[in-house]
Amino acid sequence: MAASAAVTANYVLKPPPYPLDALEPHMSKQTLEFHWGKHHRAYVDNLKKQVLGSELEGKPLEHIIQNTYNNGDLLPPFNNAAQAWNHEFFWESMKPGGGGKPSGELLALLERDFTSYEKFYDEFNAAAATQFGAGWAWLAYADNKLKVVKTPNAVNPLVLGSFPLLTIDVWEHAYYLDFQQNRRPDYIKTFMNNLVSWEAVSSRLEAAKAASS
Amino acid sequence: MAIRSVLSTRTLSGLKETSSKLLGFRGIQTFTLPDLPYDYSALEPAISGEIMQIHHQKHHQTYVTNYNNALEQLDQAVNKGDASTVVKLHSAIKFNGGGHVNHSIFWKNLAPVNQGGGEPPKGALGGAIDTHFGSLEGLVKKMSAEGAALQGSGWVWLGLDKELKKLVVDTTANQDPLVTKGASLVPLVGIDVWEHAYYLQYKNVRPDYLKNVWKVINWKYASEVYESECK
Repeated sequence: MAASAAVTANYVLKPPPYPLDALEPHMSKQTLEFHWGKHHRAYVDNLKKQVLGSELEGKPLEHIIQNTYNNGDLLPPFNNAAQAWNHEFFWESMKPGGGGKPSGELLALLERDFTSYEKFYDEFNAAAATQFGAGWAWLAYADNKLKVVKTPNAVNPLVLGSFPLLTIDVWEHAYYLDFQQNRRPDYIKTFMNNLVSWEAVSSRLEAAKAASS
Repeated sequence: MAIRSVLSTRTLSGLKETSSKLLGFRGIQTFTLPDLPYDYSALEPAISGEIMQIHHQKHHQTYVTNYNNALEQLDQAVNKGDASTVVKLHSAIKFNGGGHVNHSIFWKNLAPVNQGGGEPPKGALGGAIDTHFGSLEGLVKKMSAEGAALQGSGWVWLGLDKELKKLVVDTTANQDPLVTKGASLVPLVGIDVWEHAYYLQYKNVRPDYLKNVWKVINWKYASEVYESECK
């Protein structure tokens, strides 16, 4: 049973752990203002309205997500709950001055499960580039292995039985202002090279291993 | 190697003017980006010229390019009897082929105001809309609501169910053509609610896009399709 990793999300619009302009020039302040300030905020606000007065009200976000996934036949609160969770997880997957190759145990595990950091990079890149329509690409942990997963719309690895470690949002709103002319591939590269917070990934991995043991 | 001399025409449901060309000796028909019957800026202020250009030249063109690539690969796999590759290619064909089908319809669903964009449907379609939805306003309200509520990427459609002889409103996900919701469904009006269709102008406010797009909907084209299907 997949438990939440180091990020606990509830229905509060938590700000990213850096100012909205801190990821420039790789992700603009304007994008953060819309993506966090409008899109993420709307998921949180709409979720609150949606669960008000229902048995889900007051339940942890992960509980709502797991109980409304319904094997893919999604119940109404799923989208808002999962998107609220996914976006908080996304902001915390990035940091100013991030990106590049990790070191230490994380690098060793990537090399163990993907043969090399470069192979992981290619696989993560391909997943993010080939998710048709809206969705997310993930590095996840399950059965003592790291793997790359892509999911549609609001789906995340929690409902697929694995621990999310890293994510990139590939809904168009995530990159449409900064990477004009539909340049999703450039956005993915920029994310990998300049934004990934391997510290966040490491601490999530520790929590995942502890939860699995 | 045997040269295929028989053209395998892939006509897509509802698409009468697909431009296509032969690819080498293989005999498969590939596709090209259709021209718009109006300038990019002609739909302003409802849809910006910037969006129209990117939507047409980048998004639709990419679907066409990737569809052609998938068709080539399919052709090779079919010739080799490589069943697993044939099956594997289906999602790329559905996605990119669907993208080409849907957008080709979409450009015809739109018209500048000075070419009839926004003028309410008359004749048979107008009557059918009143019968099924009470009024054009009722239809617009329903389609806008369903378009706004669609999670992720997709389309909202007014279609004709040829068998049941009635109008329907439905949505499809990603680039699924309307026919994936019912074999007897003919698309009359499709509205793209992928974020790329409105984001540069309307940002996250999809309902504002849906309010304004009706000002440039080409009901003349929808009426023509309706009348020809009703014969």
